[in-house]
Amino acid sequence: MSTAAQRFLHDAAEKSADLMHREIIRRGMDSYDAAHLKGRARIKDWEAARQKCQEIKREAVNHLDRYLLQFEEKVTARGGHVFWAANGEEACAYVTNLATRLGVRTVVKSKSMVTEEIHLTPALEKAGIKVWETDLGEFIVQLREEPPYHIVTPAMHLNRGQIAKLFREKLDPAITTDDPVELMAVARRKLREAFFAAEMGISGANFLVADAGVIAISTNEGNGRLCTSVPRIHVVVTGIEKVIPRLEDLAVLWPVLATSGTGQGITTYGTLIGGPRRRGEADGPEEFHVVLVDNGRSQLLADAEQREVLHCIRCGACLNICPVFRHVGGHTYGTTYPGPIGSVLTPHLNGIKEFQHLSYASSLCGACTSVCPVKIDLHHHLLQNRRNAVSAGANKPSERWMFRAWRYAMLRPQSYELGGWAMRKALRLIYRLGLAGSAFDPMQVWNCYRAPVPLPVESFRAQWRKSVRSNGDSAT
Amino acid sequence: MPRHVSLFIPCFVDQLLPQVAVDTVKVLRRVGYEVDYPEDQTCCGQPAFNTGYWNEARPCAEHFVRVFKNAEAVVCPSGSCATMVRAFYPELLTASSCRADAIALVSRIFELSEFLVNVAAVTQVGARFPHTVTYHASCHGLRELGLRDEPLQLLRQVEGLKLIEMVRFDECCGFGGTFATKFAEISAAMGDSKAECAAATGAEFVTAIDPSCLLHLQGILGKRQARTQTIHIASILAQQSVAQQSKTQAGSEQKNSRPQKTLQERP
Repeated sequence: MSTAAQRFLHDAAEKSADLMHREIIRRGMDSYDAAHLKGRARIKDWEAARQKCQEIKREAVNHLDRYLLQFEEKVTARGGHVFWAANGEEACAYVTNLATRLGVRTVVKSKSMVTEEIHLTPALEKAGIKVWETDLGEFIVQLREEPPYHIVTPAMHLNRGQIAKLFREKLDPAITTDDPVELMAVARRKLREAFFAAEMGISGANFLVADAGVIAISTNEGNGRLCTSVPRIHVVVTGIEKVIPRLEDLAVLWPVLATSGTGQGITTYGTLIGGPRRRGEADGPEEFHVVLVDNGRSQLLADAEQREVLHCIRCGACLNICPVFRHVGGHTYGTTYPGPIGSVLTPHLNGIKEFQHLSYASSLCGACTSVCPVKIDLHHHLLQNRRNAVSAGANKPSERWMFRAWRYAMLRPQSYELGGWAMRKALRLIYRLGLAGSAFDPMQVWNCYRAPVPLPVESFRAQWRKSVRSNGDSAT
Repeated sequence: MPRHVSLFIPCFVDQLLPQVAVDTVKVLRRVGYEVDYPEDQTCCGQPAFNTGYWNEARPCAEHFVRVFKNAEAVVCPSGSCATMVRAFYPELLTASSCRADAIALVSRIFELSEFLVNVAAVTQVGARFPHTVTYHASCHGLRELGLRDEPLQLLRQVEGLKLIEMVRFDECCGFGGTFATKFAEISAAMGDSKAECAAATGAEFVTAIDPSCLLHLQGILGKRQARTQTIHIASILAQQSVAQQSKTQAGSEQKNSRPQKTLQERP
């Protein structure tokens, strides 16, 4: 078992038994569920909207080369720079070198999962640059020195008391309140200083609009606009799959993203940026750079079966509805992208041997697929990942042998019947000896957490032969 | 409309929950179907398929198709196992010589409540169950087969039955096949949340169309020593109403209205 798998099992066991965590997440998800439902009702035909979003993303992903080049051409024509990064190291090196070359000492960041994926902040810090997360949730988890818990709501695992305590410890010992509005004001005052000190702002992008050559950002706190307009340099770090063909596509993608992400009709701020400040303009950055990150995405693009995973718009809906996520929480996954989309994506990005366990850590309930706004068949892809893991020899040999034996029995009705009879007989004996749940119990793992399974004396087929076939009613 | 159905009894129902199968036979006969049970059937292959062992699952699926290919209609008291055939056989058997038979089978296999409501067009099966019941929507039935209302239509017609809706009725119970043992702690925690939702209704019974969910939930409820019991929908529908009993002149009358066996049957 890989170290990542061991850690996952350990953390999952701990978190799923943590009732306070369960309660905090349940409360958060209940309010999300209500908002999401209300939001969906505002869209006249939700299914048609999903369909449309799927079509847009499919078109974009199937012609990624064309649309990315179109985007680059437009941005470059306006004096922006576009850098194509094959992997995380290249992307981090580009941004770090740029910052060093231009004498940057302070960076403000708005929320971006790609920068988490490529570990940009540690790279900048290593070069002696101070990095401020300016999204409130990201700011909180940065103070706690932990990764985001959730791709949309990074600090959803914390309650206001915990945040007040954190601010008291890290920002100001004089803080006595745990009122969310007052706490927000504390963070805002602190971050204002950072915005005006920073020479570089780093943002992600929700979409790259090919025909207009602009990036589109959805935010709620206004920090995104400050990051992208106050500092002298603006760097956009984004995955190549974020491109969409047309500006008009935002008309459906923006509201669908907001609805799926938070239940809002549309986020508070929708920002389009296409280059540096031009002559005659009053504000905006002097330099504008876009770093297009591949980092394993073109490999996924080559996989016809799972290419649609690149449709993801990172709304977080699949995490929110996932009963596994609700019980183990975001940090347990140990990956940048947690929840169903992370379990599908991570084996592709970070290696199937190390991360195949995530494809198995699902009951395959399909709730994720039912809410995905771009209709990614998520739980089906988990099944395909499992098949790929077995083909790659990533599973235990004992499991392989077990399924071979299972196949042998299932192809021979008599061996199946005999096997079932012997199993029930043996288990009955084990139970009678009081050994249920012990090491002698083949159902140990099951019985540790549950009352033992029933063990009828006769199987159905035996009852069928004896009485049910001739008269069903006497067979009770 | 077929008047003859073949039973597909999932392997774990055959071995661990035979009463569910017996009750399925009863209900189908009561609404006028001849029932046969092809004894060569074993498992649909889902455990291997879901664990990634498609090469092991494939011959089992082929065996299944051979056993059932001449059936007029196949009825199964499990949404999950019916899903395996309907949703996944075409993909699993893409390159198999059984593919055509498998695809033909897709339109002839039904989960029990689906068969009763959508094929037989019956919602009143002459059942009486004077208890409070809450319904758990099993994932495969709900999302793969699209069975949202069918089981409820049947339950609403049961004499004396009081249906109480539970919160998050469509959230997974945490069974998930090999998931239940590979990630036992997560599975148990999910089961715990489900059991809590079921218990909060105050209902005597929680029912579902999938015996696997109920097997898991009964284990969790048993461990919690909860008052709520699990019972498969077939076992509710099999409880005859008085009118039905006199109609069929049943000899063995049930004085006690409590169902004779629920999933908690013990050795």
